[in-house]
Amino acid sequence: MSILVNKDTRVVVQGITGKEGTFHTTQCIEYGTNVVAGVTPGKGGSMWEGKVPVYNTVAEAVEREGANASLIFVPPAFCADAIAEAVDAGMGVIVTITEGIPALDMMKVKRSMKGKNVRMVGPNCPGVITPDECKMGIMPGYIFKKGPVGLISRSGTLTYEAVWQCTERGIGQSTCIGIGGDPIIGSTQVDLLKLFNEDPETELVVLIGEIGGTAEEEAAEYIKKEFTKPVVAFIAGKTAPPGRRMGHAGAIIAGGKGTAAEKMAALREAGAHVVESPAEIGAVVARVLGK
Amino acid sequence: MKVHEYQAKEIFKEYGIPVPKGGLATTPQEARKVAEEVGGNLWVVKAQIHAGGRGKGGGVKLARSLDEVEQVASQIIGMTLVTHQTGPEGKLVRKVLVEEGLNIEKELYLGMVIDRSSECPVMMASTEGGVEIEKVAAETPEKIVKAFIDPALGMLPFYARKLTFGLGLSGDLFKKAVSFMTKLYQAFIEKDASLAEINPLVITKEGDVIALDAKMNFDDDALYRHPDIAAMRDLDEEDPLEVEAKKYDLNFIKLDGNIGCMVNGAGLAMATMDIIKIYGGEPANFLDVGGAASAERVENAFKILLSEPNVKAVLVNIFGGIVRCDRVAKGIAQAAKNLEVKVPMVVRLEGTNSKEGMEILEKSGLSFITAKSMAEAAEKAVQAAGIK
Repeated sequence: MSILVNKDTRVVVQGITGKEGTFHTTQCIEYGTNVVAGVTPGKGGSMWEGKVPVYNTVAEAVEREGANASLIFVPPAFCADAIAEAVDAGMGVIVTITEGIPALDMMKVKRSMKGKNVRMVGPNCPGVITPDECKMGIMPGYIFKKGPVGLISRSGTLTYEAVWQCTERGIGQSTCIGIGGDPIIGSTQVDLLKLFNEDPETELVVLIGEIGGTAEEEAAEYIKKEFTKPVVAFIAGKTAPPGRRMGHAGAIIAGGKGTAAEKMAALREAGAHVVESPAEIGAVVARVLGK
Repeated sequence: MKVHEYQAKEIFKEYGIPVPKGGLATTPQEARKVAEEVGGNLWVVKAQIHAGGRGKGGGVKLARSLDEVEQVASQIIGMTLVTHQTGPEGKLVRKVLVEEGLNIEKELYLGMVIDRSSECPVMMASTEGGVEIEKVAAETPEKIVKAFIDPALGMLPFYARKLTFGLGLSGDLFKKAVSFMTKLYQAFIEKDASLAEINPLVITKEGDVIALDAKMNFDDDALYRHPDIAAMRDLDEEDPLEVEAKKYDLNFIKLDGNIGCMVNGAGLAMATMDIIKIYGGEPANFLDVGGAASAERVENAFKILLSEPNVKAVLVNIFGGIVRCDRVAKGIAQAAKNLEVKVPMVVRLEGTNSKEGMEILEKSGLSFITAKSMAEAAEKAVQAAGIK
């Protein structure tokens, strides 16, 4: 078991013929991901790299290849449209890697997903991976290992850091999700904690947050009320100055809200193991798992 | 992106949102001319900088004659204005907005942002205008009325009614406020704003609803479709190093410490700053070299890092994913050679092609301090900077 993606996931890549799309699709296939189709409007009928059929629309990829999940590399100005197309085609899982989608575009697209059986991850994220089964994203595959730790993170490379610290200690992962650094994202920490709560393979969840917004506080509230597994949490940005956007559009302390201290306090109060140093994540996970 | 008050008011005018009569001036003589054109016998001269709290810092002054306008403008233009938002070094005032003085009956607050939790625009109104809204929110939250607007519906009149009745307005003022809010919503959405704030929104003795102040921020990611807004960027208001960094598409924010950081990924960059602090050091900057760290990009990043004389050591923390560590290593070696780096450099490479990367550094003939983990890198950087 795992969440979101597994060996049966049939992936269509939107924007497969672009530079990013081509590079990362190659990597995903090498990892073992079942990429069944690509979509680039206007290039339908061709074969990508001689091995993956390309279609003009996502609907065709569903009809012809049975795609049930979409990985999106479409440039920011056209990306909201691509996501909406994936939703319309009935994708169960959508992973959007693209960075720089206007917030108002995301707001509209997110609204259109309401009431539909779709779970989006991203945008501006490294993607989702279920080790040894399916990699829908841009993360380096070799740092992951199958095991009991679920991971949810707002950051990309900090995810790799945390995963590597676990893997080096022989502790593997069930599913790892980079949820993205934007203010409006497809899946929040709470959405994914709920999935991990139901997943028998996941014994512990690592939650990596950062400054800005109140998503970690909401996660803390959920953990306190309903989450049944141990949580190890780290919040990046203790030293960040207020009012400055720290790279991610969502990472900003505004009006005195969204500080690392507040988030850490809320998570601690909810019973999470809050790690002060980013170098200690793996060690604390090992300790909590009794390894 | 931030814009000046006068620019936000230009946008307001475009949408028919009432603002005081006025104009921009860069010299006291110009200020007098603007006041003459505006007419009347009371004017306000307002410093134009990208920071709030201008009034308290002495950057907003009343004038009762044209001579006084000129005199007050000469005091404000060229002054270094220190407010709670500028930091202790303050900001140089280069221009002023000269406006007619109004007969103020009441000061209100009106603001709009995208609410992250509910994922929709929210408009907020309060009877407590003219003071910091954060303070109102903390002390008397019941005095802030909010409307969470369904983006599919847009600014339907009932949202505006909720806010306007919340402000206790009726009759003609009610109609004017509803119209004001509807237009503000339209401007916000059409221009891809991320924040709009009118504090205070005033009711005049003559019964008008006018934006006495105006603040707007815009979504950087949407600027590509708003060349008019992008053109409003004022480089004088930004840190020169940060402007330089943006040219190379680098995410850079200057801080006060002495350990220069170069990291890939915003989250890891923040975490690196945090761990430097844990080991007793202070980061000199936030720098995310991003997903495509080519040799050239890395070299430019170094140039920017090292142009700060405070920097006593550099910490490079790269976790290769899309970024390949061998490419980054080439960039580091090349930059160290070309720039004749004099300060100690601690390098930690992990992830894609990290072994190849470390080999490149070792064979470069330059002296790098290498580290296996984040903690080791931070500890060595703090030592190298001579803090401990």
